Amino acid sequence: MTEFDVATAAVQAALDAGARYADARVMHRRYESMTARNGEIESVTQDESAGVGVRALVGSGWGFYAVPDLSATAARTAGERAARIAAASGRVAGPGSKLVPIPASTGSWSSPCAVDPLSVPLSDKGDLLVRATRTSQEHGADQAEGLYQIWDTRKWFVSSEGHRIDQHIRECGAGISATVIGDGETQRRSYPSYRGQYGTQGWELVDGLDLTAHAARIAEEARELVTAPLCPAGETTLILGGEQMALQIHESVGHAIELDRILGWEAAFAGTSWLDLEQLGALRYGSELMNITIDPTIPGALGSFGFDDEGTPATRRDAVREGRWVGTLAGRDSAAIAGLDYAGSVRADGWARLPMVRMTNVGLEPGPHTLDEMIAATDDGVLMDLNRSWSIDDKRLNFQFGCEIGWEIKNGRRGRMLRNPTYTGIGPLFWRSMDMLSSETVAWGTPNCGKGQPGQIGHTGHPAAPARFTGVRVGVRG
Amino acid sequence: MTSPLDLAGQVVELVRQVAGSGAEAEVGTERADLALTRFANSFIHQNMGEAATSVRLRLHLDGRTASGSSTVVSSAGLRDLVERTVEAARHCPPDPGWPGLTPPTELNGTGNWDESTAAASDDQRAERVREFVETAGGLEAAGYCRTGHREGAFANTAGHAVTGRHTEAAMDGIARCGGADGVARLSSFRLADLAGGVLGARASVKARAGVAPVELPPGRYEVVLEPTAVADLLQNLATYGFNGKAYNEQRSFAVPGAEQFDRAVTLVDDALAGPALPFDAEGTARVPVALVEHGVTTSVAHDRRTAAEAGAGVTSTGHAVPGGAATGAVPLHLRLVPAPSRNGLTRAGEVSGPIVDSDTAALVAQVRRGLLVTDLWYTRVLDPRSLVVTGLTRNGVWLIEDGEVAAAVQNFRFTQSYPQALAPGAVLGVGRHTALQSQTFSNAWWSAPPLRLASWNFTGGASG
Repeated sequence: MTEFDVATAAVQAALDAGARYADARVMHRRYESMTARNGEIESVTQDESAGVGVRALVGSGWGFYAVPDLSATAARTAGERAARIAAASGRVAGPGSKLVPIPASTGSWSSPCAVDPLSVPLSDKGDLLVRATRTSQEHGADQAEGLYQIWDTRKWFVSSEGHRIDQHIRECGAGISATVIGDGETQRRSYPSYRGQYGTQGWELVDGLDLTAHAARIAEEARELVTAPLCPAGETTLILGGEQMALQIHESVGHAIELDRILGWEAAFAGTSWLDLEQLGALRYGSELMNITIDPTIPGALGSFGFDDEGTPATRRDAVREGRWVGTLAGRDSAAIAGLDYAGSVRADGWARLPMVRMTNVGLEPGPHTLDEMIAATDDGVLMDLNRSWSIDDKRLNFQFGCEIGWEIKNGRRGRMLRNPTYTGIGPLFWRSMDMLSSETVAWGTPNCGKGQPGQIGHTGHPAAPARFTGVRVGVRG
Repeated sequence: MTSPLDLAGQVVELVRQVAGSGAEAEVGTERADLALTRFANSFIHQNMGEAATSVRLRLHLDGRTASGSSTVVSSAGLRDLVERTVEAARHCPPDPGWPGLTPPTELNGTGNWDESTAAASDDQRAERVREFVETAGGLEAAGYCRTGHREGAFANTAGHAVTGRHTEAAMDGIARCGGADGVARLSSFRLADLAGGVLGARASVKARAGVAPVELPPGRYEVVLEPTAVADLLQNLATYGFNGKAYNEQRSFAVPGAEQFDRAVTLVDDALAGPALPFDAEGTARVPVALVEHGVTTSVAHDRRTAAEAGAGVTSTGHAVPGGAATGAVPLHLRLVPAPSRNGLTRAGEVSGPIVDSDTAALVAQVRRGLLVTDLWYTRVLDPRSLVVTGLTRNGVWLIEDGEVAAAVQNFRFTQSYPQALAPGAVLGVGRHTALQSQTFSNAWWSAPPLRLASWNFTGGASG
């Protein structure tokens, strides 16, 4: 019995039990990770997970049931159970559920991969992390850590509308960090990002990072940070590096344009959004430099796929164009309720989880400048980069982000290193103050986006470049 | 159907076959049936169930250690798990810190189990949601009701084999009124303890009392934190402060033997008081562990590895978590011990207003000027050693004047050291009853009374 047969049996069972729509996803995922500390391997783990999740619509009520058993009997039972749960949903029924139409796709999709990351010998991967963390320790890190993660996911999707899609998505990434313990506080520097850099690519991504080449630098910077002056408090011109910009986009744009949040479906947990659908197409989100796209077709970015988990083909669209809000991240049911004619942003983090609206690659199109040009054009300001902490309110308006490192900018030059830099603001006011934007774009991968109940971890991508903002409050402290 | 203990035994036997008698292995298995009914805009919009079986294997072979897990529990799947974990271990460098296996020991019970919760139907959860929505009195309601049961087992090659099971239930919802949200949440190992109607009424009263909030200037305010907010303190103290690995690496504020907290603060990690298996990820029996007694930090949480690293005389406290080599040993069932109850009741009485129970009302009555805070939200650590945290208030803040609620207040952002907020002289009152709260579908449960604190550092208004 093939995986498609299992999914088909589940869908048919749900229909037989009264569902007016059903879909099923068989998923098989292998995950491997390794951590190293101070020149030693700390942990190696290899996980495997396989099962089928079935979604059924009865009347206006949804039901979902998942089992780790890929036999025909278990699949049929799961389909029946999903329909039964959907019927129970009708006890507290809402508006009639509809789905925006999409073509019934059949096909296969695989992410690009030059070097299968699971085929690289563990000893080679271990040597890389050992070498990098040992180098970092030798250059002053009290705790030098390294990490890689690999996900190899196969999905088979079948729907009662005729979808029959299989995908093979390989993702991996790695990073290192150096922590120095000072008097009463700790400082950490990372490369290339807070948790590393990730993409839908093979091991060539990790090879390209050249972790060891940066190990000494981050240790020395962490040690220097311990005695660096604190980031001054006040209002100033702020330049953000590309990695922190990725986080800024993720938190204050990506989540805010999720249609399920806008509709109130996440109100009790993840929160809602300050955006009002009536303003779609008209609202001024940011300055005219602000062009945000939703693009799951970017080769190698972490939020890329061929089809989402409702079978909608990957399509690029605008979210913000010249500062104006024009698009949302949507699923078939949320789009229908909102009166939109597109979906394509629904994913689940495993066979046992309900697909929900998730970011794909939400990124900022590049501008005309370079980071050096932005610094040269700044008389008085602060440059910050690499995220250290992130916090934003439930409407995605008020944020406070901390970075690993900052530098003062005086008279067009980068000056002293600054410790514990933080900045705070209100999303649309902040984005409207963006007055310079760099062309140096990197598609950063975020492998740890939490959302939903039960909690799901999403993989998202964020093309981002350094940018400059005026009149930003920095240096908030307890 | 194979029992979790038999499954664990099969994997131990496979390890002996594949890796020989010299291998040390520990196997954890779990069979979980979990269901969650989620509602928003006053209707059920997501409703799901899952039956999951999982196997975790940690293997120490020829001085090297690796681990793996799988949900594929067929004969071939289990053999694959063992073979690839053995292969991984062979590629790993020596692990001189390997602490060895848990020897055969007795458990402290089998876990809290309620038959009717284990058998809870989709309709029973939907009925509680209906009650919540109805008692919200026309306000928009959102939240979830969940039930589940887990049966777990642990076996190792040292001959230790144990089993346990527990049920769990939780309800968490908000009511929304004119831009204000009010929340009510409660957890138990018994679904019967959760009344959707009571929680819906509570949430709606708070929401109505939160309409038209005034903006107050940032600054330091005396606060009464409801149990929902205190849970966030416990979570961050547990993850960053009482984590044995963080302590060993000097990343924690904890100094055993030092009076780091107010005398009113006693913190005990007590997994077996709520929904939990009676053993940790290394098979160590769970027992109540005091981490702070009357303000004095007494210990931190350890697994076998962090205990060995900590030095002679330190043993595992039963806080091993899967993946602990990287994340450390974390107390996930922390309880702030309440003040003695005068009438012996286990629950505080209901009060109709933004102050939802008599326990919190008694603390509010003592405040001349301060703030009543319902929830702390999106909290992130700015400095792990001093545990300076930033975050926001959520689901209701009110100004207290002369012992009474005077006005609803706009949400604040805060930046505050949590140990400093609980430092000697800083705790002005502790409630007499605790409320158990869960993190969605995780195995962390926080048990907290309300708290009155002398000062909390609000750094800005959240609305701009």
